[in-house]
Amino acid sequence: MADNMYEVVAWAKKSADDKFEKITIKRNLPGDDDVTFDMKYCGICHTDVHFAKNDMGNTQYPIVPGHELAGVVSAVGKNVTKFKVGDKVGVGCIVDSCMKCAACDAGDENVCENGGMTMTYANEIKHGHIATDSGYTFGGYSSSQTVNQRYLVKIADSFPLDAAGPIFCAAITMYSPLVHWKAKSGGLNVGIVGIGGLGQMGVRLAKAMGNEVTAISTSPSKEQAAREIGADKFIVSTDPESMKGGENTLDLILNTVSASHQLAAYLPLLRRNGTLVQLGLVLSDHQVQQFPLMMKRISVSGSIIGGMPETQDCMDFCAEHNIVPKVKLITASELDEVYVSLSNKNDQIIRYVLDIEASK
Amino acid sequence: MLPLLRTAVFSWKPSRTLSSMAGMYETTGWGKESKEGKFKPIKFQRNLPGDDDISFDMKYCGICHSDVHFANNDMGNTQYPCVPGHELAGVVTAVGKNVQGFAIGDQVGVGCIVDSCMECRSCQDSLEQFCEKGMTMTYNYETVHGHIRTNTNYTFGGYSTSQTVNKRYLVKIPKSYPLEAAGPVFCAAITMYSPLAYWKATDGGLNVGVVGIGGLGQMGVKLAKAMGNKVTAISTSPNKKDTALEIGADNFVVSTDKESVKSASDSLDLILNTVSANHQLADYLPLLRRDGTLVQLGLVMAPHTVSQFPFIMKRIKVTGSAIGGMKETQECMDFCAKHNIVPQIKLIKAHELDSVYEALGKKNDQVVRYVLDIDASK
Repeated sequence: MADNMYEVVAWAKKSADDKFEKITIKRNLPGDDDVTFDMKYCGICHTDVHFAKNDMGNTQYPIVPGHELAGVVSAVGKNVTKFKVGDKVGVGCIVDSCMKCAACDAGDENVCENGGMTMTYANEIKHGHIATDSGYTFGGYSSSQTVNQRYLVKIADSFPLDAAGPIFCAAITMYSPLVHWKAKSGGLNVGIVGIGGLGQMGVRLAKAMGNEVTAISTSPSKEQAAREIGADKFIVSTDPESMKGGENTLDLILNTVSASHQLAAYLPLLRRNGTLVQLGLVLSDHQVQQFPLMMKRISVSGSIIGGMPETQDCMDFCAEHNIVPKVKLITASELDEVYVSLSNKNDQIIRYVLDIEASK
Repeated sequence: MLPLLRTAVFSWKPSRTLSSMAGMYETTGWGKESKEGKFKPIKFQRNLPGDDDISFDMKYCGICHSDVHFANNDMGNTQYPCVPGHELAGVVTAVGKNVQGFAIGDQVGVGCIVDSCMECRSCQDSLEQFCEKGMTMTYNYETVHGHIRTNTNYTFGGYSTSQTVNKRYLVKIPKSYPLEAAGPVFCAAITMYSPLAYWKATDGGLNVGVVGIGGLGQMGVKLAKAMGNKVTAISTSPNKKDTALEIGADNFVVSTDKESVKSASDSLDLILNTVSANHQLADYLPLLRRDGTLVQLGLVMAPHTVSQFPFIMKRIKVTGSAIGGMKETQECMDFCAKHNIVPQIKLIKAHELDSVYEALGKKNDQVVRYVLDIDASK
């Protein structure tokens, strides 16, 4: 075996057109600042689908996706004090960063200024605190992970492990802009577009923070489930009457739609000084007229996950307020079919989660 | 009504020659009767001042690129005859009995707003530009709120010899401030002042970019600098560099020069973009630092093509702004007077309007605001 590496079972695609298959990969053994954990579950994100299909044009194959990792600690390096064997832990979208720039120092590793953060899968390993046998990262559809303690999140004992993974991508992606745009102390009118994996977390979080929540979806069938998880109002975005009824009502809209769309469709829903935050991996361009921005002083912005301290805050908030994503466990043999259904649309308010033990 | 007004005995006489509508007086302006027509004198009627109104003799009116857009019917909603002008500066001739704080002989101005509903939340917050029933702009707007009238039910602007308006929409110009340079404060300056205040540049310490160093841009540079920010002037014209630095810019970027733009990438917290011609806002996004804001200000008709990625990766925002409310406009005037911020202007007469409009239609290649000299045009 290569120096300081160990073998791990993983599920990968060898090309954009191949189906998922079981492979063996190698990860670094834990160093003094590292933690190794047995994977129990890994959430499935629409972004995984984009990367697996090489939609961004930069995917290295074989690709082992997965950036919503949840497991149980099996080894800790000698400098590690915050974690011990047996702890429930998770990893999200970040597994490395430079650790010395202003952004890293501020706990904003997601915007590391020296070449960017290293993402949990399909990303070139450049910062040297993690290693694999391919030179790029392999994700959570695998039986074990080793990572620097900085990128680990502690999962409260009381929190169900099978639902924890989505906190480190879906939930933090919604939590970070809610905090940044001052919805954390409640009192705002918040809209959530797209009631899928991210959207359900957004509705629950925004509600728990004390905001009035409007769920916005193309699917009228999601209304009941949306209200059950906390939405006060529901707008069908393909229905002009429904959209008109929501005009000028929202202070903040978090738009999770991960398919091509025109953001301008949502601007009329904003009140004066409101903000539309784009979150999904949308590859096509938007056409944006200047007038609505000027006449209502509204803003269009974006956000991407959050830094490590904020991710831990998000985990703790979810545990405190009992915000648990609705998940559906699948095994590796079902990955291809789930990927097809996510590509078409996520027509259920759930997050699919890969059950690692059941897949082995 | 007349005996109840404090009027200047000598200077203000309502016309009795035209068959005036009740409560109206005749005045003269310069306007266009069609998109293709040239500027010519136009007679029209304004309301006599009521208890809450003020009348003033126009002395000067600034010329804004928006005037060009409206006069040419670029938005498709121009009512002809169109008398533009929303940077009015003049001297009070009559004061309604309920009006406090203004006297005959005072220097006053009006900007882009001459009426609003006065009751909605925005009006109550003195954010009349966001009036929920729609503010009435100084020219080309239907007089729906009833506090101002003309003989056509559409407003006529400042390229005219007299204005009557509700006191709420009037700005007091300090005696020390040059009247011929005051008009641009009520449109060009407030348009820059408002976003500087909203995006927290008034206490200084930010890296502010100003795109387009014309009528608005020069005010933006001067204001941002006076507030204590580091200012980068951004222009397609390398020949504006010297003037930009003279009026306060610390840096100068030529936006058509890739190297120049690259050297300033990730450097700005706030960019005020005054460009009033079609362009792509995406060109300026690389200049923003993380969490930075690009504020679009010009009357731009064509949509921008925008990718989501820069917003997600740097949490930057694109937004817009339009003038400011009346309270903020007075603050802006007082700030300019206090910090001696005076726009560079060039006085013209009415017969030069067509050629100035043509020059603005192409580009404003000078760091100057053209101003119509009313007395010299009569």
